[in-house]
Amino acid sequence: MSDREKMVIEAEDLVRVYKRGAEEIRAVDGVSLSIGEGEFVSVIGPSGSGKTTLINVLGCLDNPTSGRLLLDGRPVFENCRALSEASLTRVRREVFGYIFQKFYLIPTLSVLENVVLPFTFYKKPDASEDVSRVLDILGILNRKDHLPGELSGGEMQRVAIARALVNKPRILLADEPTGNLDTKRSAEIGGILDDLNRQEGLTVVLVTHNPVLAARAHRTIELRDGRVLS
Amino acid sequence: MKISILQVAYKNLLRKRTRSVLTVLGIAMAAWVLVSLFGFNKGYETSLNRDIDNLGFQMLVIAKGCPYEAATLMLKGGTGLKYLKEEIVDRIAREPEVDGVTPMLMQVAFDPNKGESGGLAVYQGVDPKTFPRMKSFLKFKNGGWFSDPGAAEAVFGYEAAELEQREVGDMYLIPEKDVEVKVVGVLERTGTQDDGSIFLPIGAVQKIFGIKDELTGIGIKVKKDADIAKFEAKMFELPDVQVVSLTQVKNTIMTLVATARVMVLSIALIAILIAMMGVVNTILMSVMERRQEIGILKSMGAMASDIFKLVWIETLILCAAGGLVGSLMALVTARITDVLVRKLLPYAPSGGLVRIEPGLVLTTLGLVTLIGLLSGVYPAWKAGRVRPLESIRSEEAS
Repeated sequence: MSDREKMVIEAEDLVRVYKRGAEEIRAVDGVSLSIGEGEFVSVIGPSGSGKTTLINVLGCLDNPTSGRLLLDGRPVFENCRALSEASLTRVRREVFGYIFQKFYLIPTLSVLENVVLPFTFYKKPDASEDVSRVLDILGILNRKDHLPGELSGGEMQRVAIARALVNKPRILLADEPTGNLDTKRSAEIGGILDDLNRQEGLTVVLVTHNPVLAARAHRTIELRDGRVLS
Repeated sequence: MKISILQVAYKNLLRKRTRSVLTVLGIAMAAWVLVSLFGFNKGYETSLNRDIDNLGFQMLVIAKGCPYEAATLMLKGGTGLKYLKEEIVDRIAREPEVDGVTPMLMQVAFDPNKGESGGLAVYQGVDPKTFPRMKSFLKFKNGGWFSDPGAAEAVFGYEAAELEQREVGDMYLIPEKDVEVKVVGVLERTGTQDDGSIFLPIGAVQKIFGIKDELTGIGIKVKKDADIAKFEAKMFELPDVQVVSLTQVKNTIMTLVATARVMVLSIALIAILIAMMGVVNTILMSVMERRQEIGILKSMGAMASDIFKLVWIETLILCAAGGLVGSLMALVTARITDVLVRKLLPYAPSGGLVRIEPGLVLTTLGLVTLIGLLSGVYPAWKAGRVRPLESIRSEEAS
C-alpha cells in the first residue's frame, strides 16, 4: 500500500489532547499512518490506549489538536485548522459509514425505516432507495418490518451495519461492533465485515478488543498510550 | 423507500407517550381556555344585542327607582317595580322623536302548584294595539293575538305553554285571583325571555288585579334619525319617572363583562406561559436524553439545520395537537361553560353565551402553533449544536 494514489486516509503526527481539570491527557500522541483504498485494517490495544479517539479523529467525528489529516489526498486538518462543521458533515456523509458498540436504533422506527433513515437527511446520487439487497446480504430482510425491540443483539447490529451502508460509504469505521455480542454473533459480524471488504471492495477500519476479529484484517495497528506500536 | 422528517419527528414523540400526552394536554387546556373565553365574548355580545333588539323598543320609562335593577328586571321579562300613571303614555306619544309607545303592566301571583313549594307566576299585560306592532318578529305556533283589548284571553310563550301544558282553546286559571282566561295563541320559540312569558291584554290585567289607570312601564321606539340624548333629557323632565336607555344598559353590561374578560385573559395568558414552559421542558429533556442519538444522526449526514428542523417539528406537532384537542374540548364543553358562566353572572342574556366560530378556532390554532414555534427555538438550537462525537463520548475511551 505504498502507492500514494490509492491512499484514502493519511495521518501525520496526529495528536489529540483532552483536558481533565488541570491534567492534560494525550489520548493520541503523534500517530502517523496511511490506509489504502480497499484495505481492512484493525486497530487494537488495551483500554485507554486511544483506539476510539484515533478512529473518531480519522472519521472526522473529532478534530485533532495538532498534526495533519488527509482524505483522498485533500487536507481535512492541518496547521491546527479544521474544516467548518458543515464541511465536515459533507465529508462524513460522502466518505464514511459508522458502526458503534451500541446500535443507536430508533426504537419506534421499523428495521427498514431505521436503515433508510440517512436518506431523510442526505442521499448520495448513486445510492439506491431499494435497500432490499443490503438487508438480504446482512440476513435481515425477513425482519424489515419488525421494531428493534423485537430483534436480538446480533440482528440489531446488522441493522446498524445496513444503516451505515445504504449511502454507499467508501470507508466503514467500526468501533467495537461486537462489544455487546456473544462469540457466535461476533463471528457472524466479523464475517459480514470481511465479506463487505472482499466482495464490495469497502475500506474497513475496525477497532476491537477481540483478537479473532482483528485477525480477519489485512493489517493490524496496535496502540499503547496513544502511540502506534506496530 | 424514504422516511420523511415529519414521520421521524412523530415517531420520536411516540417513545415517551405519557410525557407527550401530558404536554399536549397542557397546551390543550390553554387552548381550551382561550377558545372558550373568546367564544364567550362573542356569544355574550351577540346574545345581549339580540335580546335588546328583540325587546322592540330602545327606551323604557318606569317609575323612579334603581335603574340597573329596573333594567335587569326588564331584561328578565319584567317591566319595573313601581307604578306610573297611564296618562303619561299620551304625553310621550306626542313627542316628535317618538315612533311608537307601548304601555305595559306586569303583575305576579303566587302559584302553589309551581315547583315543589310553589312559585311566582308572572303576567305581562300588553296593549293589543301597539305591542304586536312593536314586536313584529314574534310568530305564532298556533292561534293569534287577543280578540279584544279587554278580553279574558292569554298568549303563551313557547316554553310557558310547554310548562303549563296548554294549547290554543284551553282555559288557564290565574292562581290567587280564581279567574280563568282562554289561551288564544302560542308563540314560536324565539330564544328570548318571551318564551317563558304569559301575555294578557293590559285591560284584563288591570281588571283582574284591580289596578286602575296605572302601568309598570312604557316601551318607547324612537325614530331612527331622532336625537336620543335630547329626547332622554326631555323624558327626565316628566315627574316621578326615569328613563332607561337600553344602549346605555348594554354598554354598562359590556363594560362589566370586559373587565371580567381582562381578568380571565390574564389567567389564560398565565396558562399559556405555563404550557409553553411545559413544551420547552419536554423537548429539552427529550433532546438531552437523545444526545447520543442526535450525534449518530449527524454522523450519518444530518446538518445542524436538519436536527433543528426535526426538533422544531416535534414541538410543532405537540402544539398543533394541543391546539386541536383544546379547540375540540371547547366545542364539546361549550354548553357546560354556558351553564357555569350563567350561574356566575348577575345577568346573562338568553340564547348561547359561548359562540365558537371556525375563525376563532383557526386563530387559536395559529396562536398555539406560533407559541410552539417560539418554544421550540431554544431546544432545537441546542440539539443542532450537539456534536457527532457526543454519540461515542459516553462510552469508555479505549
